[in-house]
Amino acid sequence: MAEPQLSVREDSVLDALEAEAIHIFRETAAAFQNPVLLYSIGKDSSVLLQLAVKAFAPAPIPMPVMHIDTTWKFKEMIEFRDRRAKELGLDLRIATNHDAIADGVTPFTHGTHEYTRLMKTVALREGLDKYGFDAAIGGARRDEERSRAKERIFSLREPGHRWDARKQRPEFWRTANTRLSEGQTMRAFPISNWTEMDVWNYIRRENIDIVDLYYSRPRPVVNRDGVWIMVDDDRLPLQEGEEPQMRSVRFRTLGCYPLSGAVESEAADIDTLITEMGQSKISERAGRLIDGEGGSSMESKKAEGYF
Amino acid sequence: MTAVAEELQVLERASDARAAVLRMVACGSVDDGKSTLIGRMLAETDSVPIDQLEYARQTRRGGSTIPVGEVDYSLLTDGLEAEREQGITIDVAYRHMDLPSGRRVIIADAPGHEQYTRNMAVAASTADVAVLLVDAHRGLRPQTYRHLTVCALMGVTSIVVAVNKMDLIGYEQATFEELAGGVRAAAARLGIEEVQAIPVSAMSGANVIGGSEVMPWYDGGSVLDALVNWQPTEATGDGPFRLPVQMISRSSGNFRGYSGTVVSGSVRVGDPVVVADSGVKAKVDRIVTPDGDRPAATSGQAITLLLDREVDVTRGDLLCLDDSDQAQPADRFSADLVWIGEEPLAHGRSYLLYVGPRVVPATITAVRHRLDVVSGRHDAARVLEMNDIGRVELATDSPIPLDEYEVCRDTGGFLLVDRVTSDTVAAGLSQHAMRRAFNVTPHDYAVDRDSRIRLKGHRPKVVWLTGLSGAGKSTVADATVAMLHSQGVHTYVLDGDNVRTGLNRDLGFTPEDRAENVRRVAEVAKLMADAGLVVIVALVSPYRSDRRAARSIFEEGEFMEVFVDTPLAVAQERDPKGLYKKAAAGNLPNMTGVGQDYEPPERADVYLDGTAEVAESAGKLSQAVIEE
Repeated sequence: MAEPQLSVREDSVLDALEAEAIHIFRETAAAFQNPVLLYSIGKDSSVLLQLAVKAFAPAPIPMPVMHIDTTWKFKEMIEFRDRRAKELGLDLRIATNHDAIADGVTPFTHGTHEYTRLMKTVALREGLDKYGFDAAIGGARRDEERSRAKERIFSLREPGHRWDARKQRPEFWRTANTRLSEGQTMRAFPISNWTEMDVWNYIRRENIDIVDLYYSRPRPVVNRDGVWIMVDDDRLPLQEGEEPQMRSVRFRTLGCYPLSGAVESEAADIDTLITEMGQSKISERAGRLIDGEGGSSMESKKAEGYF
Repeated sequence: MTAVAEELQVLERASDARAAVLRMVACGSVDDGKSTLIGRMLAETDSVPIDQLEYARQTRRGGSTIPVGEVDYSLLTDGLEAEREQGITIDVAYRHMDLPSGRRVIIADAPGHEQYTRNMAVAASTADVAVLLVDAHRGLRPQTYRHLTVCALMGVTSIVVAVNKMDLIGYEQATFEELAGGVRAAAARLGIEEVQAIPVSAMSGANVIGGSEVMPWYDGGSVLDALVNWQPTEATGDGPFRLPVQMISRSSGNFRGYSGTVVSGSVRVGDPVVVADSGVKAKVDRIVTPDGDRPAATSGQAITLLLDREVDVTRGDLLCLDDSDQAQPADRFSADLVWIGEEPLAHGRSYLLYVGPRVVPATITAVRHRLDVVSGRHDAARVLEMNDIGRVELATDSPIPLDEYEVCRDTGGFLLVDRVTSDTVAAGLSQHAMRRAFNVTPHDYAVDRDSRIRLKGHRPKVVWLTGLSGAGKSTVADATVAMLHSQGVHTYVLDGDNVRTGLNRDLGFTPEDRAENVRRVAEVAKLMADAGLVVIVALVSPYRSDRRAARSIFEEGEFMEVFVDTPLAVAQERDPKGLYKKAAAGNLPNMTGVGQDYEPPERADVYLDGTAEVAESAGKLSQAVIEE
């Protein structure tokens, strides 16, 4: 018979993942001329910030931090971003597609795909070009979505930030080919091998500050197609007969408030949240409205330059 | 806590982290039931979200006989197969699985038939364990050997053989034992020691997660048990200390540290370390980990090392313990390459060699052979093409402390990158350094070349006889040495055939091997000349460039090129070793004068007519030696 099972502590898994992430942070900081840390304010970004602090301590984070602001983020997110930037002394850059805003692009008028392309993908591309960043660190994880399973840790982008499947480099050992030809840039994903649960466990272990929207609180919401949408400001057009109601809800992923679905929950602190997470086994992106347009939508968004 | 106790605690925690994550490569094709096996393991360990599980209940594709409502496990990992149908690149996919013990398994799934070697090599490069599927119904197939060969090459030493589809052969023990034995024998030949064979039915679940009632004759544990019971090999924790420096960390208060990941071994505060590149030594002053200062660090940890004095260290340098296991810089290496570039390997082109954070220009100087991944045979080859694996020699522009791959994957494995496209064209596994560049400073001895000349009463010389096989080189050499010997000249003959039975028995007859053959013989002749001898070399040495290279290592006037000129027809007629006959039968493709060209000397120091009397030639040659 098999030998008795040898138990592994959750902390040990996090230690291993943390070491790998720090290695990737350092490699990106040292191998590229002008790297940037992309910061979306969400839980994954909060983990990235903590990892960046630990990777370079006692020196400060040696790269600027950029937020792609669609102007439709939750108010609380923006307040949180500015507070954290101040506390950590971050060199914060904000990229927004002002042309699209002037053209009247909103999540309600242009469809989620076109809205995402203009306000996130185009804004990101323009932000990277504006500052001449040659490498951008992001918080994508391989467990997020099926097509992410084959994403590289160092993901190459062709001129124009195009993702070309054929040009992706095979990754051996800890050695990365970080060389760029004219016009190429790199995206680096230090928490590729983390699961959503790892992120939460790490937030608890490291006592990481996250936006309060992740915890369940009474919030004004409306129900649309079975999804709770928060009425964060008066820009959300209410449909006929729709009346915001107070519900105890939390968000599993955060983005633009009209596109982020909340779940009803009693999890008002990290421990309850993790317990609740352990019981629900629905993929994370199921609550994100932008991915719902066909199986390969992530693939096509990536080809356009999305993260 | 005492210092010793704290040190132990730190090392234990790091060793727990090494054991916490297991990297596994899954080898096999959809036909072997690989998707079903992985899918079932993911599902039964609760590693799949329920919406994806629901998808696998409701969707049916391509002749599946599983009723709707039951889970078709193969669909849980089929993302890539669908992409293949759409013409999207086939690639390695990574999936996560949590074992009941709390261990995380990262599964590298390398699908596809084309580009298989490349994908397998990528997936195996970081793997601790390979799960290799064998179809019990179809038996061992060429790809089984391909998987084993690539695993062995990439350093995967622990293999779980899942003999799948036992249901199709009636759960028969004898067939299982036969297949398991076949794999064990093949693995043993490749140097893989740890092989566990498990009879499995991925479809019914037998021996995948739990045991099986249908195979009472087997009690060795399931595939999942094997992953739970795996323990990291000692080599990853107790190996020689290696810290490739990623970056220099500077902060206030004169803080200057060297940041990187310990890829092998352990280090303690106070240990003497050496910068392998320069040989500069220092002691470890502080070890800064993500959780603050610690008394020790070990393999797998990302740390910052502070030394007790200012030393010159830059990104890419390698820090080792100052002991006998430290890495030695060299600039010529023998290595296995997995060629992944679309363009084939180019001799003499300068590539960029990446090993960890280090980058150095490197040139491939010779291709030794290509490995047939199915038979394990070494085939003669001049180039390597995409998905080929082969042994090469390469030279770096400056000396680097490259470990043997067996010692450490991260400091012995490297990438070759094309300077123009920036594409990775090969993954390399260093076998051994061919020339130590550093720590080898020629020593000047009191008894030198001149004192030996005075004692012997004649000058040393290298007489290099070149010509076709059967031209009469050995015969002339023999007669010449006899004459010189009788006149009190100290001589020695280096005969091509004799040298190939020992020193050069690893070399073949490709142009690259011939170049190395000439180089080694020239170096040996140089040593002998330095010892004061007159050395007669009898070697076909068909290429001018090789002979020119040989001459270049000698002093002016010390090297004498002798052309033994015999027409090919005469040599073929003589055929003392029967080689021309074999060549005519097509058995010797590299025979000089037949399959390969002979480039006669443009201006030999001595010209000998190979059809003349031997005594006449020997007289002429010994005269030339003595006169000079």
